[in-house]
Amino acid sequence: MTNMQLSGLEPLQITELTNFVNIGERTNITGSKAFARMILGGDYDSALSVARQQVENGAQIIDVNMDEGMLDGVHAMTKFLNLIASEPDISRVPVMVDSSKWEIIEAGLKCMQGKGIVNSISLKDGEGKFIERAKIIKRFGAATVVMAFDEDGQADNYEKKIAICKRAYTILVDQVKFAPEDIIFDPNILTVATGIEEHNNYAVDFVNATKWIKENLPFAKVSGGVSNISFSFRGNDTVREAMHAAFLYKAIQNGMDMGIVNAGMIEVYDEIPKNLLALVEDVLWNKRADATERLVSFAETIKAKGKIEVIDEAWRSTSVEERLKHALVKGITDFIEIDTEEARQKSSRPLDVIEGPLMAGMSVVGDLFGAGKMFLPQVVKSARVMKKAVAVLTPYIEAQKQEGASSFAGRILMATVKGDVHDIGKNIVGVVLGCNNYEIIDMGVMVSADKILAKAKEINADIIGLSGLITPSLDEMVHVAKEMERLGFTIPLLIGGATTSRIHAAVKVDPFYSGSVVHVLDASRSVPVASSLLGKESGAVFHASIKAEYEKMREEHKNRRDTKTFVSIAQAREQKIKIDWDHAEIIKPKQLGITVFDDFDLSALAEIIDWTPFFNTWEMYGKFPAILTDEKVGIEATKLYHDAKILLQKVIDQKLLKAKGVIGIFEANAVDDDIVLSHGTQSFTTHHLRQQNEKKRGQAYYSLSDFVAPKSTERQDYMGAFAVSILGADAEAKKYEADFDDYNSIMIKAIADRLAEAFAEKMHHLVRTDYWGYAANEKLSIDELLTEKFQGIRPAPGYPACPDHTEKSTLWKLLEVEQNIGTIITESFAMWPASSVSGWYFANQESKYFGLGKISKDQVEDYAERKMRPITEMEKWLSPNLNY
Amino acid sequence: MNTKIAKNKSALEEALTQRILILDGAMGTMIQQYKLEEEDYRGERFKDWHKDIKGNNDLLCLTQPHIIEAIHKEYLEAGADIIETNTFNCQTVSLEDYDMQSLATELNLAASKIARKAADEYTAKDPSKPRFVAGAIGPMNRTLSLSPDVNRPEYRTVTFDQVKNAYREQVFALIEGGVDFLLIETIFDTLNAKAAIYACLEIFDETGKELPISISGTITDASGRTLSGQTIEAFYISVKHANPLSVGINCALGASAMRPYIELLSNHVSCYVSCYPNAGLPNEFGEYDETPQSMCNQIEDFLQAGFLNIVGGCCGTTPEHIREIALHAAKHKPRAIKA
Repeated sequence: MTNMQLSGLEPLQITELTNFVNIGERTNITGSKAFARMILGGDYDSALSVARQQVENGAQIIDVNMDEGMLDGVHAMTKFLNLIASEPDISRVPVMVDSSKWEIIEAGLKCMQGKGIVNSISLKDGEGKFIERAKIIKRFGAATVVMAFDEDGQADNYEKKIAICKRAYTILVDQVKFAPEDIIFDPNILTVATGIEEHNNYAVDFVNATKWIKENLPFAKVSGGVSNISFSFRGNDTVREAMHAAFLYKAIQNGMDMGIVNAGMIEVYDEIPKNLLALVEDVLWNKRADATERLVSFAETIKAKGKIEVIDEAWRSTSVEERLKHALVKGITDFIEIDTEEARQKSSRPLDVIEGPLMAGMSVVGDLFGAGKMFLPQVVKSARVMKKAVAVLTPYIEAQKQEGASSFAGRILMATVKGDVHDIGKNIVGVVLGCNNYEIIDMGVMVSADKILAKAKEINADIIGLSGLITPSLDEMVHVAKEMERLGFTIPLLIGGATTSRIHAAVKVDPFYSGSVVHVLDASRSVPVASSLLGKESGAVFHASIKAEYEKMREEHKNRRDTKTFVSIAQAREQKIKIDWDHAEIIKPKQLGITVFDDFDLSALAEIIDWTPFFNTWEMYGKFPAILTDEKVGIEATKLYHDAKILLQKVIDQKLLKAKGVIGIFEANAVDDDIVLSHGTQSFTTHHLRQQNEKKRGQAYYSLSDFVAPKSTERQDYMGAFAVSILGADAEAKKYEADFDDYNSIMIKAIADRLAEAFAEKMHHLVRTDYWGYAANEKLSIDELLTEKFQGIRPAPGYPACPDHTEKSTLWKLLEVEQNIGTIITESFAMWPASSVSGWYFANQESKYFGLGKISKDQVEDYAERKMRPITEMEKWLSPNLNY
Repeated sequence: MNTKIAKNKSALEEALTQRILILDGAMGTMIQQYKLEEEDYRGERFKDWHKDIKGNNDLLCLTQPHIIEAIHKEYLEAGADIIETNTFNCQTVSLEDYDMQSLATELNLAASKIARKAADEYTAKDPSKPRFVAGAIGPMNRTLSLSPDVNRPEYRTVTFDQVKNAYREQVFALIEGGVDFLLIETIFDTLNAKAAIYACLEIFDETGKELPISISGTITDASGRTLSGQTIEAFYISVKHANPLSVGINCALGASAMRPYIELLSNHVSCYVSCYPNAGLPNEFGEYDETPQSMCNQIEDFLQAGFLNIVGGCCGTTPEHIREIALHAAKHKPRAIKA
C-alpha cells in the first residue's frame, strides 16, 4: 500500500492524484485567539462551531491544539475530541492531534476511533524518546508528522533538513517498522524577510528539501505550517496572502502534500497583482539581495501610515563630555548622535564613551532620582538619550568585539505574564533599571512561563521580573515561581504590577520558591531591591531578611484571616438590598439593542480626560490640577503635562489613535443572584456574587443583581453593557521604541489608557442622557462627572463589585464585541488592546459601587453550579476573594 | 514478518490459502438449550456468591466446563475449522456486572484450555484437517465513543486506559491458554477495538511473541455504519494497523443485508475476509429463526462471488447451520488475497 489512508467516520485516501490536502487550523488555541478564548471561557459550543465551519469550508483534516499554560491541556483535548465524536458532520474528517506536550497527544489519541495524525514527534529529545513515541503512535494506528528537529535543534537549511529527515525515516521504517506512507515530514517553514541575511533562503530550502524527500524517501509525505513564512508582515494581509499563495504554488509543484492553512488567508495565485507577485517571489526564492527591502517598502505603501516629526530646539556649549552629561540629565536628544560620535572619535575604544561620560551622566540621573530630585518622566527621557547614544556606539563595539564588554551591574529579564497585556509599568521599571546600569532584556507581553524560563537560562539572567495588571496574572506568577523551583532556579524573582501586593507575594508566591521573591511597589523601589539582591554580601542578607519578613506576614495573615466571620449565602440573600419594586421608578430606554461607535471623535474625549491617574502612572502622586503647582513636583509635572498635551494634540490631528466602542441596553430581570438579559430572540445570563462578610444588624449584603427588578415582581427592567477601546497605541509605541524613545512609547500608551477611560465616561453619559435617557436633564461639570455625581453605575467585570473576570465572555457575546470593534479578551480575560474598558450599566437610583470582599465556599459552589463550571475552576478565578 | 512464530500460525495461514475456513456458530444459543438455572451457574464454588450470576455464560468454563467442551465438540463435529473460546465478556469491565473482576485471568485461561483441548483432539483424529482456536474478545458493555447522557455529550463511562488494561489482562491470559489467534469481534465502537488492538500490540512488543489478530465489526443497520458512526471503509482504515489476518463483519445483520459491505471489504482489503452473520434477525420472541438451509442460500451467494476466506455463524446459529455452511463452502475456492 502506498497511499496514505486516514479516517474519521469516513475515509480519506491521499493518493498520487490527490490535490493539496487542507488541514484546518482554526481549532488551534495557539494560532487562533478566538478559539483560545472560547476554550478558556469554557464555551465549547462555539468552539465546536469553529470546527464545523472548518469542515464545511473544505478542511479535509482538522488540526486540534490545546497548548495553553492556563489550561489543563489533557482535559481540554479529551473534552473537545469527545464532543467532536458526537458531531457526525465534524467527526467525519480525521483529526490531527497537535501538541508540543506528549501527554496531550496521547490524550487525543485515546479519543479517536478513526485514524488520525499526530503533530508531531521529532529527534529533538534524542532517538530513545523518538522511537518510544513512534511505537506508541503505531499501536494507536495513527500517522505522524515528523518535524525536522534533532538533538541540536531545528534544521534551518537544506542540508540539515534532508539529513534529519533521512535519519528519522530510516529509524522509523527500519527499526520501528512504521509504515512509510504514514510518515509526514514537516521540514520547517521558517519566516523570510526578517532582515537577517541567513533567513533569506528559508523558503528555497524548504522547497528543495520537500523535493528531495519526495524523491528519496519512498511514500513519505510533506506538510508544513504555511503562515509562518510571512510572519514578518503581520498586520499586512495583502502581502501575507500573496506570499502564502506564491509559496504554496511552488511548494506543491515540488511535492508538498498537505499543509496547515487558513483558507481565508490565501490569495489566488493568478490574482496576485503582477508587481506584488514579482516582489514576493524575489523574496521567497531569494532572487536578489535587496528583495526584502523592496517588498518592505512596497508593503508600506499599501499600509500608508503617517510619519512622525520631531520638534527641534537649539542647544550647544562646553566640552563633549559635559554636553553628553547635560543631555542625559536634561533628557535632550537633539544632538546626542553628533555628540556621541564626537566622543567616540576622541576615545581609543567606543566602550570608553559608555563607561566614561555616559555612565557618569546616568549615575547623576540615578542619584537625583534616588534622592527624589528627579522624577520618573525625566528619568525616562534620560534613558531615551542613553539608548540613542548606545545605538550610535553599538556597531563600533561589535566591530571591535572588545573583551569584557559587559560592564553591567546585572542582567534582568522582564516580562508581562501570559494572558496579560499591560506593560506600561513594566516598561517604566525597565527604563529605570536600565538607567542604573542594569542590562534589561524585555520579552514583552503575554509571555508564557516556559518561554520566560528558557530565556532566563539562555541569557543567564541574574534576576527575573514579572509584571501583571489583572487578577488572573497573580496565579500565573505563582505558576512561574513553581516552575522556577522545579527547574532548579535560584535567581531572585521580582513581582510587580497593579494587582500585585506584598501580601500576595508573601502568601501565594514566596512559599513555592526557595530563591528570593520580592514584591516591588514601583519603579523607584526597583533599583535598591536589585542592587541589594545582586550585591556580593548584601544578597544573602537581603534574601534571608525578605524570606523572614514574608514568613512573618504569612503568619499574621493566617491569624487575621481566622477572625472574620461570614454569613451563609442563604442568609446573605435574605438580607439583600431592599428596593420597593412596586414603586421604584423604571425608565424604559429610548433605544434597546446595540449601538456601535466606529470612530468616535477623539477631541471630545480629550476634553474630559481625568488626568490624576495619568500622573500616577508616572509615579507622581497628587490630584490634578493641583499637582501642576505642587511645591515639589510641580515644575516637572507641568512639563510632563505639556508633553502629554502636545502628543495628545498630535494624536488627534494625525488620527494616530482610533476610538471604537459598542454599547447595548437590554430588557433584564434578576433571577436570584443572576440577571437574565434578552437581546432579540436570545437570552443571556450574567452571574453575580453577593457580599458575605458579616455586617451590622440591618445592613444589607450587596449584589449587583439587587439593582435590577426580580422576575417575580413582573416588572420589566433593563440593564446595559459597554466595551470601548482606543486602538493603535501599540503600533505607535513600537515606532517610538524603534527610535529608542521610551519616553514617548510610554506616553502614548498612558494617553491611550486615559482616552479609553474618558471614552467609557462619555458613553455612560450618552447612555444616561440619550440612549437610555433616564437622566435626560443631567447637567454636570467635568469635575462632577469625574466624581460620579450622577445616577447609575458602570461596574466592570474583574473589579471590586464583580471580581469574576470570566463574566467578560458573556459581555463579549452579548455585544459581539470582537465583531463590532475588534477588541478581544485573552485567556486571562485581559482586554486587547490594553487601553480598553468594559462593564455593565445599572440605572436604578439605589445602585452604587461596592466591594464584594471575601466570600465563602457555599457561595462559590452555588456560583459554579449556576455558571455550570467546575468549582475548582471558579475558585481559581475568584482566588483573591475566597475566605478559605 | 517474524518467522519464528508458532507453527500454528503458518498452519493457519497455510489452511487459509487452500480453503475457506469454517468458524463455529453461536455459543449463547447452545448454552440456552441446556436451560441452566442460577444454581447451575454457581456450581459448588460460587454457591454463596453475593450477586445473581445466571447469564454469566463465561463463568461456565469454571462451573460447567463439560458443557462448554461438549458445545465446542459439536461444532468441531459439524465441520468447524475454528472454534472460539467462550470469553465474549471475559474482561474486568464487563465482569463488574457480576462483581467477578478478579476472575478475569482465571476464566480466560480455563476457556482457552477447554477449547485448545477440544481442537487438539479433533486435529489428532484427522491431521489433514487441523483445527484452530480463536481467542474471542468481545466489545465490552461500555463504550469509548458514545456518551450515555445526551445532555453531556463529552461524558464517557470508561476511559481508554481502563478499556485497554481490561483487554490486556484478557489477551495475556488467552495467549497463555494457548489460542492460535485473537479475534476482536462484534465491534460496534472502533475505539474499543483500538484499545483491544493496543493491548495486543503492547503485549507482543513486551513478550516478543506475536499472534495473528482477526477483526470483525458489526454494522447495526441499513445506514451501513457501525454504531459509533463509521463507514466500513473508515472502520477498516482505523484498524489496519493491527496488521490483521482477516477483517470481516459479524452479528447484527442477517447475511442478506450484509452483502454490500462484505463486497466492499472483499474489494478493498489486503488481508483475508470473514463473515459470520446471525441466523437472520431476531423475531418478536428474541429468537433467530432462519433455518440452516435458508441462511445457506445467502451464504452460497457470497461464496460464489468469491468474497470470503472465513465463514461461520453468530447469534442463533447452531451446529446444523455450521454443518450446512461447511458443505457449501467446501465447493468453493477461497478469495485470493490482493497483492
